[in-house]
Amino acid sequence: MLEFIQQMINGLSLGAIYALIALGYTMVYGIIKLINFAHGDIMMVGAFVGYFSLTLFGTNIIVAMVFSMVVCALLGVLIEKIAYRPLRNSTRIAALITAIGVSLFLEYATIFILGPAQKVFPESAFPIKAYDIAGLSILNKDVFVFVSAVVLMLILQYIIKWTKTGKAMRAVSLDMEAAVLMGISVDKTISITFAIGSALAAAAGVMYGVYYSTVNPLMGIIPGLKAFVAAVLGGIGIIPGAMAGGFIMGLLETMVSGYGNSLYRDAVAFGVLILILLIKPTGLFGKDSGEKV
Amino acid sequence: MKKSSKKVAMLVLMVFMLAIVAGCGGTKEKTADKAEKINVGINVELSGGVASYGTNARDGAILAIEEINKAGGVLGMQINPIERDCKSVADEAMSVSAALVGEKIVAQIGPLTSGNVAGSTPVMMDNKIPLIAPAATAANVTVDDKTGATRDYIFRVCFIDPFQGTLMAQFAADNLKAKKAVIYADTSSDYGKGLAEYFKKTFTEKGGQVIDEEGFVKDDRDFRAALTKIKGLNPDFIYVPGYYQEVAPLIKQARELGITAPMGGGDGWDSPDMVSVAGAAALNNTFFTNHYSSQDKDPKVVKFVAAYKAKYNKDPDAFAALGYDSIQLMVQGLKDAGAADPVKLAAALAKIKDFEGITGKMSIDEKHNPVKAGVVIEFKDGAQVMNTRIQP
Repeated sequence: MLEFIQQMINGLSLGAIYALIALGYTMVYGIIKLINFAHGDIMMVGAFVGYFSLTLFGTNIIVAMVFSMVVCALLGVLIEKIAYRPLRNSTRIAALITAIGVSLFLEYATIFILGPAQKVFPESAFPIKAYDIAGLSILNKDVFVFVSAVVLMLILQYIIKWTKTGKAMRAVSLDMEAAVLMGISVDKTISITFAIGSALAAAAGVMYGVYYSTVNPLMGIIPGLKAFVAAVLGGIGIIPGAMAGGFIMGLLETMVSGYGNSLYRDAVAFGVLILILLIKPTGLFGKDSGEKV
Repeated sequence: MKKSSKKVAMLVLMVFMLAIVAGCGGTKEKTADKAEKINVGINVELSGGVASYGTNARDGAILAIEEINKAGGVLGMQINPIERDCKSVADEAMSVSAALVGEKIVAQIGPLTSGNVAGSTPVMMDNKIPLIAPAATAANVTVDDKTGATRDYIFRVCFIDPFQGTLMAQFAADNLKAKKAVIYADTSSDYGKGLAEYFKKTFTEKGGQVIDEEGFVKDDRDFRAALTKIKGLNPDFIYVPGYYQEVAPLIKQARELGITAPMGGGDGWDSPDMVSVAGAAALNNTFFTNHYSSQDKDPKVVKFVAAYKAKYNKDPDAFAALGYDSIQLMVQGLKDAGAADPVKLAAALAKIKDFEGITGKMSIDEKHNPVKAGVVIEFKDGAQVMNTRIQP
């Protein structure tokens, strides 16, 4: 039982990171039907901005995280303006391939500037404390990752449900042309969506750095893919689906390693994805609609 | 008018092409003129996942070449190193080798990892040029898996995986008195799988028991689920054959979860990043097998360490020593062969006996593997301390 609870804690902290990245995927998809493959790399840039904020400016972890979120929000807006906006009315495959191009550009530009070697996140930025509660080892970084992920998700829910911007985002997502007729600035709304999604990825990047101690220019690929799976699992385009999908992925991977064998971890995780797509192609939270994508 | 201008353009283009072709011919003649130099290809990982291995091996090899050239070279000729980066990718190692063959090299040093050497092997075999691998420890590097035949042009100066796994199993059973072990290996590399297999074999032969086998893959950063499971099994020893990028966070997470059992691995652990990522305290009670230790009091080692430090202002690790030995072994082969000819060099290398290298005295056996001793190194408060030397 103790071991099971420990595994739950492991799974939830991993899932929180997946969920944060998955949110960005799903928000962008919901609004312009684009799978933004550069999203994992924005997380990588976020992790590096956090790293430099900690090492060069000696800020504390919260400031580093906010700073990195601001930088990546701007980066997300910039990428959308330069790479995706000119293609908004062209085929979806063109935009998809551009997204892959942006992803490679971010990865190799970082390698070009900073070199390919991994960088070690400063230990002093986040001194690790272990709480031994009834035989469980709970680390302060578990708490940090989980709590900040939940707080960010609550803020996101508030923005989408209760603010005017959120209303505009939902309107654009539902029907772009009708939204224009209602006087909503589509360009501005899409920019804001990219800004929020990228900021969440940046937060995930900093958490990843804190949690796993190292950052490198290709670190975004695997978590990016897993988060993409999480977004599809929950139903891409649906925000609560992305959160649930992230946590399910994290828990699933953890439970397979913990109670099956770590050798089958990815096989089972992706196998479940295939199963869900076969049984319910719109994802766990997806509504069946007549329209086929 | 228009048509004729097009024709002119074509003519100009053709002249350019001719000039380029002529230029090619010219450079070829130039390299032929420099025949008094012996070209040696250095095809190592200068970037990518295992960049620190390749860079240090290159530094060791260059030091050896400088020493030899200063002493008058070999066979009356100077050695000319040609450095290329294989980017830690097997495909790239292959194309780099193809390019080096074009430079008329007499031998190639590197790459470092078994997988990258395997990428380079077909090119070297086809062109009949010896490849000396400094640190490729997989058994099938020098021997063809299918036919069991030794590859005529592939050599190495390091011991092989079976030996590293066997050595750590001996150490765990005899020195640490371990009875129950868990293997948590990098299953995405031949290296991790090879070490794990032979560890299991020897450890079982010694009367120990491998109670669980887990695996991770390259670029994994979260090991807590499997580690939590291992903690519940309460083993005496955890064997983690893998590379430092994954092993360092793995050890850190293991200690955070309260696992205190000793852990061990192979030479893939040998990197300064181990201490900076995992932290000195977490690394206490961990051991890895290696080819050499810079703390060795052998006068040859002491001299090498001093020369290396003077040139690069850092301590030579095992990869630097093996890079150095690769060049020295090649020079010994050239002397024995009496000619700077790749085919004769390969024949001479296969017969080398009792060659005195920095990493120990070695003889090349019929499978082109050196027979030599290895060391077990322990992390003590962040420092690498030589624990013991084990004879084969």
